[in-house]
Amino acid sequence: MNPEAIKDLVIKMADDELILGHRNSEWTGLGPVMEEDIAFSSMAQDKIGHAWALYQVLHEQLNGTDPDRFAFLRKENEYRCSQFVEMPNGSYDFSLMRHFLFDHAETVRYESLAASAFEPLKTLALKIRGELKYHTLHANAWVLQLSQAGEESHARMQQALNEAIGLALGIFEPSEHWEDELISGQIYPGEVALRQRWEERILPVLTQAGLSLPDLGRVEPIYGGRKGYHTVHLLPLLNEMSEVYKLDTEASW
Amino acid sequence: MASKESIYKALEEVMDPEIPVLSVIDLGMITDVQTGDEIVVKMIPTFAACPAISYLQSNIKKVLEEKLKMPVSVLIDKSVNWASSRMTQAGREKLKNYGIAPPPREQQSDPLLTIASQVPCPHCGSRETYLRSPFGATLCRAMHYCKSCGQVFEQFKPLD
Repeated sequence: MNPEAIKDLVIKMADDELILGHRNSEWTGLGPVMEEDIAFSSMAQDKIGHAWALYQVLHEQLNGTDPDRFAFLRKENEYRCSQFVEMPNGSYDFSLMRHFLFDHAETVRYESLAASAFEPLKTLALKIRGELKYHTLHANAWVLQLSQAGEESHARMQQALNEAIGLALGIFEPSEHWEDELISGQIYPGEVALRQRWEERILPVLTQAGLSLPDLGRVEPIYGGRKGYHTVHLLPLLNEMSEVYKLDTEASW
Repeated sequence: MASKESIYKALEEVMDPEIPVLSVIDLGMITDVQTGDEIVVKMIPTFAACPAISYLQSNIKKVLEEKLKMPVSVLIDKSVNWASSRMTQAGREKLKNYGIAPPPREQQSDPLLTIASQVPCPHCGSRETYLRSPFGATLCRAMHYCKSCGQVFEQFKPLD
């Protein structure tokens, strides 16, 4: 199997986890209720841990650089995260909807990787998919409750869904060069299949919540992140995230 | 040469920094022990992002070298994943006495049912409880509320 193809997959997954992990951490101290403050902080820790484990796979199995250096010292256009995860937290409704849409996408991805022909990803996926059940449990519970908590609450959740959906489809931006190779090599089932599985997961919850999922055939997916094209929101995030590390890149922690 | 038995015995004194009543043995974090010119211990984290793992690694090395006077290496075992069924019965008891509900021994087919189901309160034993949040003070803990004694309590999360 071509290592460049696998690297492409691992880097985009890891960068999504790192950047959304950072966004989640911005809720620390600011959550609307204490349990939510703790939840977003815990999910931040989980996501950054998953990013670290994926960077470790790059480092150890695919001739990559040290995980910390790779996470903190790249140029903005070398990050392969989707634009969805770099968007500012906005209100709690947008953050929660992003958490719901992203974590279900992440779940179907890791579930499929549990059958990957690339052993290090398979091992990691078996571990991570169990932990993700708590994330989707949390997301489903809040989406269901807030969507049924009165007119304003319902309207805000629907609005958040409408705002997030095109960005969320951007998670499934196919690899520019390696999609067919990754699928035929049974590394993963490909973005089209993952998106299909994801739709099957989110639709029942949204329906139960009384939210209407826009017609996905008519929503323009917001692509570009996987090719290194980002919004104006990524660079300030990267600068803040790496500020301490860059004070002394050789320091031992 | 140290016997495997003496190594396991020494490991019982290496405590988890986040739940200090539990040893790495109680938690089921040790997957293999080899002895020879040096001692090799293989271990696994509970949750993938557990921040205590490098602390535990160096603490195991320190405790074993002090007690057994032999060089020790502690490796992360990537071939095994932790599940809450690895926790020992003694570990479950210690956890309960410490005020944290242990993960259930038997998992239901859907782990979400297991965590959302009425976890017995570690303080009063009542099953009139509900899940308040699947997240808590550390990655491995969830928060529940007991309607009988009116207290919030933590549970060590089940993981399959």
